[in-house]
Amino acid sequence: MADIDTLTENAGETAAAEAGTTRKMTLNMGPQHPSTHGVLRIVLELDGETITRAKPEIGFLHTGIEKQAETRTWQQVVPLTDRTDYLANLSNNLGYVLAVEKLLQMEVPPRAQFMRVMLTEITRINSHLVWLGTSALDVGAMSVFFYCFREREEILRLFEFFSGQRLMTSYFRIGGLALDAPRGWRKWIEKFLDVMPSRIDMLEGLLTENIIFKQRTQGVGYISLDDMLDLSVTGPMLRAAGLKVDARKDYPYSSYDKFQFEVPTRTENDVYARYLVRMAEMRESLKIIRQALDGMPEGPYTADAQNVVLPDREKMKTQMEALIYHFKIVSEGFRVPPGEAYQVVESPRGELAYYVVSDGTSKPYRVFMRTPSFGNLQALETMFVGFPIADSIASLGSMDFVLGDTDR
Amino acid sequence: MEFIIISLVKAALVAAVLLTLAAYLVWIERKVLAHIQLRVGPYRVGPNGLLQPLADLVKLVTKEGVMPAQVNRFYYLLAPFLAVALALVSISVIPFGTEIEVFGIKTYMGLADVNIGLLVILAISAVSVYAIALGGWASNNKYALLGGLRSAAQMISYELPMSLAIASPLLLANTLSLREVAEAQAGFYFGFLPRWHIFQMPMPQLIAFAVFLVAGFAETNRVPFDLPEAENELVAGFHTEYSSTCFAAFFTAEYVNMVTISALATHLFLGGWNPIVPEPVAGLVPVFLFLAAAAALFFHGLNSVSTRPWDKYSFPVVGVVALGLAGIFALAFLPLPGPLASIAAALHPLFWFCAKVGVILFLFIWVRGTLPRFRFDQLMKFAWTFLFPVAIVQLLATALMVALVK
Repeated sequence: MADIDTLTENAGETAAAEAGTTRKMTLNMGPQHPSTHGVLRIVLELDGETITRAKPEIGFLHTGIEKQAETRTWQQVVPLTDRTDYLANLSNNLGYVLAVEKLLQMEVPPRAQFMRVMLTEITRINSHLVWLGTSALDVGAMSVFFYCFREREEILRLFEFFSGQRLMTSYFRIGGLALDAPRGWRKWIEKFLDVMPSRIDMLEGLLTENIIFKQRTQGVGYISLDDMLDLSVTGPMLRAAGLKVDARKDYPYSSYDKFQFEVPTRTENDVYARYLVRMAEMRESLKIIRQALDGMPEGPYTADAQNVVLPDREKMKTQMEALIYHFKIVSEGFRVPPGEAYQVVESPRGELAYYVVSDGTSKPYRVFMRTPSFGNLQALETMFVGFPIADSIASLGSMDFVLGDTDR
Repeated sequence: MEFIIISLVKAALVAAVLLTLAAYLVWIERKVLAHIQLRVGPYRVGPNGLLQPLADLVKLVTKEGVMPAQVNRFYYLLAPFLAVALALVSISVIPFGTEIEVFGIKTYMGLADVNIGLLVILAISAVSVYAIALGGWASNNKYALLGGLRSAAQMISYELPMSLAIASPLLLANTLSLREVAEAQAGFYFGFLPRWHIFQMPMPQLIAFAVFLVAGFAETNRVPFDLPEAENELVAGFHTEYSSTCFAAFFTAEYVNMVTISALATHLFLGGWNPIVPEPVAGLVPVFLFLAAAAALFFHGLNSVSTRPWDKYSFPVVGVVALGLAGIFALAFLPLPGPLASIAAALHPLFWFCAKVGVILFLFIWVRGTLPRFRFDQLMKFAWTFLFPVAIVQLLATALMVALVK
């Protein structure tokens, strides 16, 4: 904070003015600025249009989700995770749910695992579409934004179809899924898989070979791999620098090891490479969805653990025992054995991890989120300094952060 | 005295038509852009949003004009005035058609038939940089300042290739008067290829036309050269701090400038008001065009979709207008008494002129829906290292060609 205050006062500006030399300008970008993708404030020091210093200020969207989680039962935390990274809610659900399941030492049936994989991959496409639309808008390509949102609308409808909610789905529950997939879901996914490749082709057709787009993005937003690793940058940014890291491959979870897919990487390490990596990831996600659809196992969608998973309505109405379990889970929540668990998942933005600690009660003792947006945002200053404002906007877009995810 | 009255009438007419046109250009732009982007655009105010420009105007004029603290009041207010005044003045030397004779008064379709019309336009466009630079500087806002500076640099840089591109059609027509430039392009090669400058034999002026259009996009601060108001970087650029009528003035100026550039391109390269096909087919084109439009409008009006209840009424109304226009253009084929005949004859050049201007305006909007924005240094580099040399070489080649042929 102190740093920002001194920058805003800008002693250098007045001193230079007195000396009669050229002076630098301090520009306050945000928190209400069209391109900061939410409420991010950046204080820029400019020499002409070149940035000499950049200080991000975060916390405008801080809602204390991690602290709130300590006052909820284990299951009630799932809707909170939706609200961190609101563009990739199912990835968040998955990270948290897997961490708690680790503590419970619970095995989730294969159908639920496949369903989770399929839906998180759709989430990845959803998130990348929003990223593509907004970052293309940042470099002035206005129409791409609307095309991306048409596709996203279809995905949101798909989510609604599955879970009854468009955004805050909370579809993954500890021990499986909230509901079984609705009737006719195969047809919906088929349709989605049929349409999507051509839509991605269209979006790529608008940008990939566009000379202006290339000029705006190639060689822009470079940050060395070492710096990125030091600043804990993960995800597509790291892969665009040539490092093949992907939690889905490195620490397979939710039966990702049963799927064949590539981890696209580039070596150019600029905004354009990050764009290409994300486009390729969308295609890989489609491959995974196809495999999940074809190989979807039959069977239950929740684990056989009656003290954790809610019994189904029919049982609850006819069996005394089921009714008791239902009452206990709803009123008090289930207890989780003491211990701690750390679960990494690959969110669309990068490495998302949940560290949960249990003291044996029905509420978490601590839920810590290692969110990719926070890590990626650390690269901001290193990436900005020395480049013109226009480039900073392109680089900012390429980081693909969500302020809800950064601030929690 | 008579001259003054005629001039006043014409000025009022042109200003009224032009400002309405600029307002509806905004509507058209929003509609076209919306359809490119899978939206519907304005459709709440009036049938299909046709009254939207009026609503916008009322809204802008009735809003409180906020003036930020510590601005330079004089320059802050001068800038929007300068912008809109200069934009309107430059249209005064652009002719819209040939001479007409109404009730014994011979007059020329256009405000002033200046024999150095082009120089006037170039001079005015050079001055209009001040409007934006002053607006950006006077608002006491850093985003506005950056926008204003960018704009000044951009407009000065693109002035050069633009002037060079303008020079080649002038060499060919051997005049600085826009009317004479247009008249020089009358006639057809081989009986079908119009003698417009972009089809000029033996050296079509395609390169000059392209350079002119690119520079024109930059001069009017349109995508992909809309850096002065690059929303994603500079919020709203030079007019960030402007509100109410002052903002409306900048907004109007931008659209009037678009019309001016399109009119210039039409006169210099697309043959002004000369038709694209020889007579008598040329005379039939507007008639059939409006008939087809009317038929389509009636058809869609009768088969209107239930989700668009207004179409049932608005489409046939516009259809009747189109039918009327078709009738008026058909009048030229009938033996008519003096004044009516001359008006009917004068409408055809006006039609061709408007059609060409419309095509270029559509291009402006289309490009906006398609292309991303340049970066500032790339923009300058593009002007000086690519556009400028190309324009020079093209001018030299044209000069050589003119010297050899004539």
